[in-house]
Amino acid sequence: MLNYIWGGMMLISIVFGAFNGTLQNVASTIMTGASDGVTTSLSLLGVMCLWSGIMEIANNSGFIKLFAYLLRPVTKILFPGLKWNSEAMNAIVMNMTANMLGMSNAATPLGIKAVKELYKLNPSKVASDDICMFVVINTASIQLIPSTVLALRQGVNSANVFEIIFPVWIVSIVAITAGVIMCKGVTKGA
Amino acid sequence: MLNYLSVAIMPLIIFSIISYGLMKKVSIFDSFTKGAKDGLETTVRILPSLVALVTAVSMLRASGFIDFLCNFMAPVLDFAGFPKELVPLSLMRPISGSGALAVIDELLKTHGADSFIGRCASVMAGSTETTFYTLAVYLGSVGITNSRHTVKSALCADLTAMIISVIVVKLIFY
Repeated sequence: MLNYIWGGMMLISIVFGAFNGTLQNVASTIMTGASDGVTTSLSLLGVMCLWSGIMEIANNSGFIKLFAYLLRPVTKILFPGLKWNSEAMNAIVMNMTANMLGMSNAATPLGIKAVKELYKLNPSKVASDDICMFVVINTASIQLIPSTVLALRQGVNSANVFEIIFPVWIVSIVAITAGVIMCKGVTKGA
Repeated sequence: MLNYLSVAIMPLIIFSIISYGLMKKVSIFDSFTKGAKDGLETTVRILPSLVALVTAVSMLRASGFIDFLCNFMAPVLDFAGFPKELVPLSLMRPISGSGALAVIDELLKTHGADSFIGRCASVMAGSTETTFYTLAVYLGSVGITNSRHTVKSALCADLTAMIISVIVVKLIFY
């Protein structure tokens, strides 16, 4: 996928630049763009380290389990067919907790475990209602702290790095609700 | 008030996690440095793709293609009240995480983080995920070939996030 997207972007900019009379700009951007890529990584580095460090503490102290416990009532509504203490439910709750706290490294293995447990309950090439719901929730964002975006804003010296957090919550809730309603609606209709 | 909530949440979470860690007698400093090392590795791992994609996005901008694309879409989008500058981000966000990072970074540098476009881009990026990557990883992990309404619902959530981002930014900041 990225082969075509990245290749396309590189080729289009050169061809378009040639016809548009902007090839000079494109040529100089090849050099500055590459070092900008490094600068961007550097502006992410500090926050990435800090946040991963804090989350490692949360992991080792069991704070994550505490947080997951609070999340259970919500998962009960989303997955009414699952038993409270089933393996699948546990994996789902831990995955959602990791996503909320922005631990993307931890969230993916937990998510794969959840899908495998859900699959065991209904082994078929056709996705079950619960698998659909789980995947849709994961394709939406439920991050409490969008740390990557915050780091990028910090990198360009925003006057108020944090001001977007509350808007992000509103949009996330509305978007995920739309996805869930669509999911539930289709399930009921079928 | 709302702004205070935004500012307070990160300190609040850090406070809770550190005090809980101390309460449970976890060696918090060692845990932190171990976690931070993982963060370092993650950042180093994405550096090569960021160099590739930031270069490509900057080249597209320099060639004038991004403006061309945005202006091409403008008549429809103006009608819907959606800023044309956000088209590249909307296209890239569901497909590639590093690609979206490169696009946001470019938008923030071009327009400023505290501009209307900068705020919309930040909110949009913070409230969406790399949808197609997630679909591929999770559905692929158990070999599901018929995902039924999953893709439709996921894209519905993405589209909602993109439209609502602009509306929420207008309501809160302007």
